[in-house]
Amino acid sequence: MISLWRIVRFELGASYAFIERNLHLVRRYMGWELVWFAYSLASALSITYIGAAMDRISGAKVNTDYLILYLLIGTLVWRFLSVIFDNISEMIQWERWEGTIEYTLMAPIHRFTHMLGQTAFAILHGLLLSAGIAGAVVLLFDVSLAGANVAGALFMLLAGGLSFIGLGIMASVLPLLFPERGAQMTHMVQALLLLFSGVYYPIDVLPGWMQVIARVSPATYVLQGIREAILQGTPTVVLWPRFVVLAVTGVGLMGVGVLVFNRAEQYAKRTGRLKRSG
Amino acid sequence: MAQNVIATQLRPHIAPGIPAVVVEHVSKSFELDERASWWERLRGRRRPRRIRALQDVSFTVAPGEIFGILGPNGSGKSTLIRVLSTLIIPDSGRALVFGYDVVQQDMIVKRLINRVSVEAAFFKKLSPVENLMYGARLYGLHGTAARERIYSILHRLGLRESAFHQPMEEMSRGMQQKVAIARAFLTSPVVLLLDEPTTGLDPRSKREVQALIRELRETHDATILLSTHDMQEAETLCDRIAILDEGRIVALDTPEGLKARVAANGRKISMEEVFLALTGKQMDEVGDAVMVEGN
Repeated sequence: MISLWRIVRFELGASYAFIERNLHLVRRYMGWELVWFAYSLASALSITYIGAAMDRISGAKVNTDYLILYLLIGTLVWRFLSVIFDNISEMIQWERWEGTIEYTLMAPIHRFTHMLGQTAFAILHGLLLSAGIAGAVVLLFDVSLAGANVAGALFMLLAGGLSFIGLGIMASVLPLLFPERGAQMTHMVQALLLLFSGVYYPIDVLPGWMQVIARVSPATYVLQGIREAILQGTPTVVLWPRFVVLAVTGVGLMGVGVLVFNRAEQYAKRTGRLKRSG
Repeated sequence: MAQNVIATQLRPHIAPGIPAVVVEHVSKSFELDERASWWERLRGRRRPRRIRALQDVSFTVAPGEIFGILGPNGSGKSTLIRVLSTLIIPDSGRALVFGYDVVQQDMIVKRLINRVSVEAAFFKKLSPVENLMYGARLYGLHGTAARERIYSILHRLGLRESAFHQPMEEMSRGMQQKVAIARAFLTSPVVLLLDEPTTGLDPRSKREVQALIRELRETHDATILLSTHDMQEAETLCDRIAILDEGRIVALDTPEGLKARVAANGRKISMEEVFLALTGKQMDEVGDAVMVEGN
């Protein structure tokens, strides 16, 4: 009789395979990792400087400290969420490129185990990259977090991360089904989330139909919650209902993501889309 | 050593006397959709072409046997290996590995098999040790036990120690293919599926890989399915050979039996002549998949 603990140990060990493999890949592609960090940092600084220059651009008296923090929250949260989304949605694309996809899908592990490992790495990667950017930005701007509810903001960030894991798993189906165009499709999904979710502006500046879409994007609520926690110092007790809704939505999206992936995998196996020759 | 692999401990019961592999009336066709856009298909202007990769294929493999699948490119060898690897779902028929259905009980089958394909698929920037560690963890082998086993297998393959931690992309194709076989060794599969493991290798590497296959059978008591278009390889390694042409098995016998079937007047003949007589084709002809519908 195989004990439940032995099965759990096997599945957790298999999950760690993905974390360790990705850490090895990051080390081997360190040059590319540094390029990506420099690009992300330059992008974050460019956006934050818009806030710093707003009184000169508009000619009006603007609270630039508030604007800098507003934009900084947007750029850091977006970087964190998009790293999670990228890591998960690109897992199939990368394995297709290396030719290892069949070996990974042939391994005796559940797809949930596969996703768990990839997801844990994505969160770790996203946190490290975002922390690095935040550290560099703080050196250049006089950012004050006095009165901010940092712990509440972090809770909101992690709850929002769950939704992006679910969305990333769903997006990873695209390279599975469309080997040549799937990767570009995931970028389109990401660009639309950036547009509709109020990353750098309140969503009420958007046209009415865009606001409808914004209200179904989890990123909208993550950003609103974090801005309330940091800019207005809203206590965690007040943020709690929003946190619960985000966490439940995130867990639901992860479940749907795994279901969608399993269906897509079966479809790919029926139609020979994993790979076929001879 | 295999007892350290948790996947081995999670392995299902294998009843004595049961065939290692049973393939019954398996057929598979694929849609070739590259010529028809979704708009054309929606309007019914152009029906997608379909090709039959496998047509009513049936055979049984006994435990411990090396079973050859011989056929030209495009004959359906890789599709058949992929069906048994749980990577392709057949349209009809069924395939069993030690009594377990490759579609309905795929997770159990995955614990019994491993596969080596024609292209050594690895993360090219990672080293052999890093790639094998990834494979080991997926099959439940961890930490020091995994590392010791990986080092032991790489030493046995004759890989110099300085190459253990170099990126795979810096290794020759022959050496990469040996590491691919090491990956399969690592998980102690009961059924090993080898899909043209020596194609494209230089003669020396080919001989070394063939020696490894023999060693695997002798030391691991594994059942091996070997797809190849190398006649000599099939003849020297395999107990029985199925000749596959246009997705159908046209003959199945021992190498001697196949020769006896074709030979006349007691003349000694080669496997090339056997293949030509049974299929009407030279082996180096690229097999044309059978088109079944479309325009």
